[in-house]
Amino acid sequence: MSLERVMNEAISPWMKEEGPDSDIVLSSRVRLARNFEDIPFPILADEEDLTRIIDYFQQEYAQQSFESYQDLELIRMKDLKDVEKRVLVEKHLISPHLSDHANYGGVLISENEQVSIMVNEEDHMRIQLYVPGYQLEKALNEASKLDDWLEENINYAFDEERGYLTSCPTNVGTGLRASVMMHLPALVMTQQMNRLVPAINQLGLVVRGIYGEGSEALGNIFQISNQITLGKSEKDIVEDLKSVVHQLIEHERTARDRIIGQTGVQLEDKIFRSYGVLSNSRIIESKEAAKCLSDLRLGIDLGYIKNVSKTILNELMILTQPGFLQQYAQKSLTPEERDVRRASLIRERLQLEN
Amino acid sequence: MECQECHQRPATLHFTQVINGNKTEVHVCEKCAYEKGYMSQNQDSFSLHNLLSGLFNFETYPMSESQTPNYSYSTQQGLKCEKCGLTYQEFTRIGKFGCAECYRTFGEKLNPIFRRVHSGNTRHDGKIPVRTGGNLQIRKQIDDKRQEMQRLIHEENFEEAAKVRDQIRSLQEQINSDISDDRDGDE
Ligand SMILES: [Zn+2]
Ligand SMILES: [Zn+2]
Repeated sequence: MSLERVMNEAISPWMKEEGPDSDIVLSSRVRLARNFEDIPFPILADEEDLTRIIDYFQQEYAQQSFESYQDLELIRMKDLKDVEKRVLVEKHLISPHLSDHANYGGVLISENEQVSIMVNEEDHMRIQLYVPGYQLEKALNEASKLDDWLEENINYAFDEERGYLTSCPTNVGTGLRASVMMHLPALVMTQQMNRLVPAINQLGLVVRGIYGEGSEALGNIFQISNQITLGKSEKDIVEDLKSVVHQLIEHERTARDRIIGQTGVQLEDKIFRSYGVLSNSRIIESKEAAKCLSDLRLGIDLGYIKNVSKTILNELMILTQPGFLQQYAQKSLTPEERDVRRASLIRERLQLEN
Repeated sequence: MECQECHQRPATLHFTQVINGNKTEVHVCEKCAYEKGYMSQNQDSFSLHNLLSGLFNFETYPMSESQTPNYSYSTQQGLKCEKCGLTYQEFTRIGKFGCAECYRTFGEKLNPIFRRVHSGNTRHDGKIPVRTGGNLQIRKQIDDKRQEMQRLIHEENFEEAAKVRDQIRSLQEQINSDISDDRDGDE
């Protein structure tokens, strides 16, 4: 696997495939937190322990393959420039915590970038697995197989009563965080998200925007994930999440139909205006870009816009983040310079489509 | 609903916070959630740190009143993880465990924390690792088989019930032979 390719291509190879319900669910993810039995968790482990762990992963797993996850590559945080770490965060291959706080951290990434195993993050191991579209069970099964594969050689920290032991009490038990990334423009437009979020929270699930730092979910992209990890089986955790995601999909579809029925040409106008902005602007802030990209994607899903690939939303949301823009420019950029770069990148990318 | 901190952006995060035993509803926007420390920057875990410290404040409340913290701490300082050196007091401050042994050291004291974080749950009910799960996997199978046998007996399907009973026996034999293997190993 080439590190250069990971750094330069915004969308990971697995994202190019289309999954079920991908008009609304962009991707599904499962993360398992695991630790070595006899070594203190990274927060209290000494340099020697942490070095031993990362070296162990280099020795045992680098260049290895497991089923369809080929050529795992170990990337150590200390070998990366800040901008490169930022790119990995923007591609969701590593967490901000690993990037900023894990001096002895690293990540094993598979060729297709579907698997990333963070090493020495808050826990010794964080196994992450992505699948396109709405396929939570598949993500769980695949992650569980990877977990078994690692367990062939590793004694996990496990307790009969508490389950898999993790550094944070919020992860103990299954160590499982399952999530979906959803594009919900119609629920936002019809102002239903404000009402739905507290209801979802009540069910023990967490909703948050993926992009943007304010209260808004930029690009109308939301992540829904389980909060409870203890006392429920992995299967039940995923089932409970699925029942909510399923309802959100239904609500979003209904809302889309209703908007088309009620606004008709107005919606079409809004979509094509956004397409116009993306195709022509010379300066564009991330917030406006995200809004227009969300409109464009909705236009593609509703059939107003043809000949533009669906992955454009995912791809350009990642590509126009600060880390990527600077990686492309090969230098650091002021916010103003970024807005210019962002506009030209989007224009160039859209020209490729036609 | 607007954010209760900035009164500008809409509140997108809603949860209940417990401070000194008092429940308060919190409605904030994501920006304020980060800035006011309701939520950690860790993008993965929705940190319940504040919720936890709220719970701990409740426990430590009498101490701050007594003005003699060192004296009051002494009973709790007894709880210290032998393996990594983390004290219970430190755990309540940072909200993280130092090692696997911390869980055993702090034992039952953790139940109220887990209950709060995991919606009333304190016991694991999921996957069991092969290597470090001991014979738990087999014992779980036995439990499931026992239930199945009860159901079959209830349905008066005695032939099937007898088969299940034999399966239970062979599983139990597996456990017994594992135990004697361990003993051999020790000697
Ligand atoms: Zn606010
Ligand atoms: Zn410890």
